[in-house]
Amino acid sequence: MLIACPYCGPRDLSEFTYQGDANRTRPHPMSNDQSAWNAYVYDRVNTAGDHREFWQHSGGCRAHLAVVRSTLTHEIKSVAIARESMNREAAK
Amino acid sequence: MVEIVSPLEPDYRRGAHGNREGGSGVTLSETQPGSIVQLAAWPGQDEALRKVIQTVTGLHLDAVPGAGAIVENTAAFGFAPGRWLVVDQAEGRGETLRDRIGSDLGTVCDLSHGRTAIAVEGERAERLLSKLYALDFSAGAFPVGQAKSTAHHDVFTLIHRTGVDRFDLYVYRSFARSFWHLLRASAEEFGYTVE
Ligand SMILES: [Zn+2]
Repeated sequence: MLIACPYCGPRDLSEFTYQGDANRTRPHPMSNDQSAWNAYVYDRVNTAGDHREFWQHSGGCRAHLAVVRSTLTHEIKSVAIARESMNREAAK
Repeated sequence: MVEIVSPLEPDYRRGAHGNREGGSGVTLSETQPGSIVQLAAWPGQDEALRKVIQTVTGLHLDAVPGAGAIVENTAAFGFAPGRWLVVDQAEGRGETLRDRIGSDLGTVCDLSHGRTAIAVEGERAERLLSKLYALDFSAGAFPVGQAKSTAHHDVFTLIHRTGVDRFDLYVYRSFARSFWHLLRASAEEFGYTVE
């Protein structure tokens, strides 16, 4: 599997580290909402299809990436620098 | 000036090694730069920091990933978003850059003692490095001046192509001797010279 890092270009999977599901929202650090924390830690959408997830190009530029990958075919649909992707989301 | 101590020292044997049938395919050398400095821009400050690096080093750096340049004893290249490495054979570049880069612009991290620089040069240099890294080392995919961040297993490596047949590698000093062993073993089949 190749992931096309926006900075480095297509690189082998062995250079990357999976950093988890990008669909969940971390509660505010001061939050006492038990169910919100429970959902953040345990609930997963278990997608069959296009899945939003975080990766790090740990064996390369070390940037954190927001990736959309099909869990059915492993096809990588999109890759963005996580910070830029999240700033765009937040601006919406 | 203090004497530079090499982490490769016990295993750094100058001369000709390996398969000598075809002559020497590659030359390996530790370049021992006096300054290896990492610079990182705060978000939105990439352009401003790149311009300061250009002014201080006198090198032209394009605003594209991995862009680098080399003149005589100085090299600079981008290796990650908003991050550059500046290398100089002279000591003290860290101080020069720190004086010019305010805390509003980014950070300056002097890695002169933390990295070991190894030059791989010769007609088999591309082939040798292809054995170690999952990268395309052909001149089309990896032109002179460009740099790439990659890793061989856990040995993180910055690779700067400083000539048609030359690559400058930067590895963690603590891994350097082990990496040097690997490099020598990999160069055995081509015949190599340690300079
Ligand atoms: Zn990358």
